[in-house]
Amino acid sequence: MPVYVYIGTPLRRFTGNQARVQVEARDVAEALDRLAAQFPELKAELFDETGQLRRYVNVYVNNQEIEDLAGPNTAVRDGDEIAVVPALAGGAPPRTLTPEQVIRYSRHMIMPEIGGTGQRKLLGSSVLVIGAGGLGSPAILYLAAAGVGRIGVVDFDVVDLSNLQRQIIHHTDDIGRPKVESARDTVRRINPDVEVVPYNTALTSANALEIIKDYEVVVNGCDNFPTRYLVNDACVFLKKPLVDASVFKFDAQVTVFMPGHGCYRCLYPAPPPPGAVPNCAEAGVFGVVTGLVGAIQATEAIKLILGLGEPLVGRLLLIDTLAMDFRTVKLRRNPNCPVCGDNPTITELIDYEAFCGVPVLAQS
Amino acid sequence: MAVEVRVPAILQSAVGGQKVVKVEGKTLGEILDRLDQQFPGVKKLLLDENGEIRRHINIYLNDEDVRFLQRLDTPIRDGDVLSILPALAGGRGHAQR
Repeated sequence: MPVYVYIGTPLRRFTGNQARVQVEARDVAEALDRLAAQFPELKAELFDETGQLRRYVNVYVNNQEIEDLAGPNTAVRDGDEIAVVPALAGGAPPRTLTPEQVIRYSRHMIMPEIGGTGQRKLLGSSVLVIGAGGLGSPAILYLAAAGVGRIGVVDFDVVDLSNLQRQIIHHTDDIGRPKVESARDTVRRINPDVEVVPYNTALTSANALEIIKDYEVVVNGCDNFPTRYLVNDACVFLKKPLVDASVFKFDAQVTVFMPGHGCYRCLYPAPPPPGAVPNCAEAGVFGVVTGLVGAIQATEAIKLILGLGEPLVGRLLLIDTLAMDFRTVKLRRNPNCPVCGDNPTITELIDYEAFCGVPVLAQS
Repeated sequence: MAVEVRVPAILQSAVGGQKVVKVEGKTLGEILDRLDQQFPGVKKLLLDENGEIRRHINIYLNDEDVRFLQRLDTPIRDGDVLSILPALAGGRGHAQR
């Protein structure tokens, strides 16, 4: 069985700078043995004197940690990818939790669905949140409290008094500060385990791929159509799951776009003409709706990281908070979709301002 | 056949501020025609010049997108629920400048 072994960057000096090595193996242990035989210098890096895999080396099969599979006995099939990645600060999941972390996350860890393995996975995970606004605020707060280790936040804006009715990550004395800084400071006070990576910039076709590529899951809390299509297309190209939501007055729509299962363009192939749909500043927004929906987005992001339950994929959740009615409708991949269809016609990021006929400025 | 047409907040001003409108008709096309008789102009918000459903509007029969059924020819049964769903921009509620 030929399988590929992905070599983490710090280990490549032992493989002649090769990032992928092909070996024949039936399970992980055999693959690593073959790898060690091929690159003797690497052997000492991977195994201790007794032949045990070193504790700071994490091994994944198709992006799943082998600890959650069958350990070194995990079987591999033709074409599988094994990743060998040494633990680095801010990289792979921590092997152990501190006594303080065990208490902090005890209500998670007591549940067999999460446990210590799941909590360590969260601490080693990363989520990018587009916009530290109405949706981003609660999403970031819950992701941080849950122990998602690295949270990227993209927003070019500063905190305004009119934001505080719903953007609960910011406080009155933050008015005038960049939202990403205010969000980072709030997260620090909630959970020092979490690293917030601030991107005090508008997301554009020039920077979107570079920013998004470093995260496992993207949570979209943007407030305008150009950014919505930009984030969608970038996530399709990078094969990132996108937890998408939008809010209007008392209503909301939420869904998860998984690579290969449809995208925002399958749902809405084109934006409304400029001016046809009022934005929240014109129409208003019931602040607490954004809290509800941002919390749903955080729920879905955490479920995706942990592989828990049924993600909101192929379903669009419609929320009417005045009736307190929650419904889902079916969402399908469009085989003719210009971005994720069978014969895509858009294969790189485009000019989204021109596509939507409005400037791409507002972020969240 | 009387069906319930659920109108999203963003379009309610076009149907006299109502959230749910009861309309008679055998197909989606017929129902939209009747709806337009009651509330002139609403059809133009939903359909383009060629009579196709606008690309930023989805119409669901119960939980299925009518584009995957028979579009405007989709037959409607008593008790069905039609939902109109336009694309929404919002998250934070910041003016586009």
